[in-house]
Amino acid sequence: MTDTTVLLGHGSGGQMMKRLIDEMFLEAFGNPALNEGNDAGVAPLGAGADGEAGSAPVRIAMSTDSFVVTPQFFPGGNIGRLAVCGTVNDVATSGARVRYLSCGFILEEGYPMDKLRTICQSMADTAREAGVAIITGDTKVVERGGADGVYINTAGVGELPAGAELSGSNCRPGDKVLVSGTLGDHGIAIMSQREGLAFAAPIESDAAPLNHLIAAVMEAAPHVRCFRDPTRGGLASTLNEFAAASNVEIEISEEALPVRDAVRGACEMLGYDVLQVANEGKMVAVVPPEEADAALAAMRASRYGENAAVIGEILPLAEDASPRVRVRTPWGSARVLDMLVGEQLPRIC
Amino acid sequence: MNAPASTAAEEPLAPGTASASVPSPSAAPHAAPDLAAFRDPSRARELIAAINRTVEAAGRPINLMEVCGTHTVSIGRYGFRSVMPDGLKLLSGPGCPVCVTANADIDHAIALARMDGALIATFGDMVRVPGSTSSLAAEKAAGHDVRIVYSPLDALDLAAENPERQVIFMGVGFETTTPAIAACILEAEARDLPNFSVFSAHKMTPPALKAIADDPETRIDGFILPGHVSTITGLAPYRFLTEQYRTPGVVTGFEPVDILASVEWLCRMVARGEARIENAYQRGVSADGNPVARALVEQVFEPVDAAWRGLGTLPQSGLAIRPAFARFDAQARFEVPVEPTREPAGCRCGDVLRGALAPNRCPLFGRACTPEHPVGPCMVSTEGSCAAYFRYREEA
Repeated sequence: MTDTTVLLGHGSGGQMMKRLIDEMFLEAFGNPALNEGNDAGVAPLGAGADGEAGSAPVRIAMSTDSFVVTPQFFPGGNIGRLAVCGTVNDVATSGARVRYLSCGFILEEGYPMDKLRTICQSMADTAREAGVAIITGDTKVVERGGADGVYINTAGVGELPAGAELSGSNCRPGDKVLVSGTLGDHGIAIMSQREGLAFAAPIESDAAPLNHLIAAVMEAAPHVRCFRDPTRGGLASTLNEFAAASNVEIEISEEALPVRDAVRGACEMLGYDVLQVANEGKMVAVVPPEEADAALAAMRASRYGENAAVIGEILPLAEDASPRVRVRTPWGSARVLDMLVGEQLPRIC
Repeated sequence: MNAPASTAAEEPLAPGTASASVPSPSAAPHAAPDLAAFRDPSRARELIAAINRTVEAAGRPINLMEVCGTHTVSIGRYGFRSVMPDGLKLLSGPGCPVCVTANADIDHAIALARMDGALIATFGDMVRVPGSTSSLAAEKAAGHDVRIVYSPLDALDLAAENPERQVIFMGVGFETTTPAIAACILEAEARDLPNFSVFSAHKMTPPALKAIADDPETRIDGFILPGHVSTITGLAPYRFLTEQYRTPGVVTGFEPVDILASVEWLCRMVARGEARIENAYQRGVSADGNPVARALVEQVFEPVDAAWRGLGTLPQSGLAIRPAFARFDAQARFEVPVEPTREPAGCRCGDVLRGALAPNRCPLFGRACTPEHPVGPCMVSTEGSCAAYFRYREEA
């Protein structure tokens, strides 16, 4: 690490955070499940987990996520809904059936109970919708000023079906890239709420549990390569991670990207690239070309997937070239799509 | 608003004939502009083809320079360099206000941030720019109060909310930004805020254009002139380019068709040996600009010689707060120890800002200097040419 102190940019989901993870956390904790670099770690459990003969271990997927979003209430959701969706989606990207969540609260002295009750109700409703149970938790209260209202950590576990081997390193030339709906809604909803910006059409966060959508795509496209939810760092981070993990080039078409007009306008006004803006209810999937139509139909038939689209394709890497993501413009030129650098907007989830 | 869109989009191919039919921007001041025609892919493809034909017919290399950071970013984002003919170079000039801010000014702001009770408010990119040994971001991480604001008025509110702090707005920017800062200082006076001041590192565009035109190392055949700046200045301050240097310029907007149309128009003028200042952004810019905004700036600021990164000290190119408003002038109010200026070793931002060096030809580019660990300001600011070249992996 060349940095001597933690900067806000280290939490942005972009290059600085990747470097912190690679050079600090992987350095300290590295193991095969973690090193895969997927949103959920996959590991064996139970009889046979340590390689004993004669038993097939259960494979579990596990993930955790902490939520520090400000404001805690925003158009389309609140920190509680976000805390359930974020972890459910991270576990589900592995292909696992998400079963159980834990939930840790860090509360600031003086936080209103009625707000906390609303947050808990949202968590309960969202967990019910996702079909998961919150089976353990923890509560800490810190003195006023020691936290900003409420922080929530959730962890989740799920069970992997036999044969599910999803990973960002599975992408192959010819595969199609799908996204389950419009991009940038969450980031812009938070931004407009925080900065008091009013747009002609209200922009709502897309926070949603996508485990059912993922299950539908897995059934329709049994050879799906991988899923990832493009949260902080947006689609740009997700696709760059896939390109690097699979050692390929990814080309997406600007015209094919689903983006709401209001979000596009807000991004232009604020100087953001919508491809680097956070989503909390969207899923990116890479599928083999022959299963792309079925995967798209399954997404569109699912709740939260009506605006799904095929947005690009995996290309082979030219000799001596580095993995990269390119955006093809409607007028035939192309640009490279990089990961977000530095901080765009802190505390977005 | 369909009419201005379609006519303006076609206009540059027939300059001088269609402009009379373009309604003035004031015709429908409250209608949201319909930008579809300026994003029309088939129109963009036609212009790209026309540019290729014109440059080939010109039979000589053409160097154009854009002097607006938003144009720099747009050209990268639209991927235009990948479809321009070999004989045409699009160079980036000193259009990023953060980038042209001299190291000494950044060190001065850092010194102010270290002052007891100070709260520095500034635009986001300014915070990450390295000074001689520190940056405002590093000062913030070290516990000093540095806030990012989106408008100078936010800094005014900070002053009202924190009467025990000295709120200093670090102001950088060109003609588009300064009217708002001037209004802010007048507002501070009206609200009688004793704890608000501005560190003015504001600059004016025409002196930088003159410095580039005078530079024997950079041979610019035509300028893509800024859209936002020109809404304030109008066209008159650019006339010297044609009168003294026989160099054409076209003011344009930020949509794909805007930029391609200005490039096409400039190439055509260069090929024919013509030098005029033209306006391809009639929906945003009138010939006279915005006299009200200029009067506001005139009331609060006075022109002074100013140091620019890369261009040196240019006469009457900066804006200082007039003595009548000295109580809002951070430079006049606070004596702080500013460290001796040290330029970063090997950094060639100065040459990049003059258009004498393409960003990707700097030896540090992409190696010692990346957006994550920038050595110079052109790699920090989102509008900096190095950051744009790096982000879009452009080659020149």
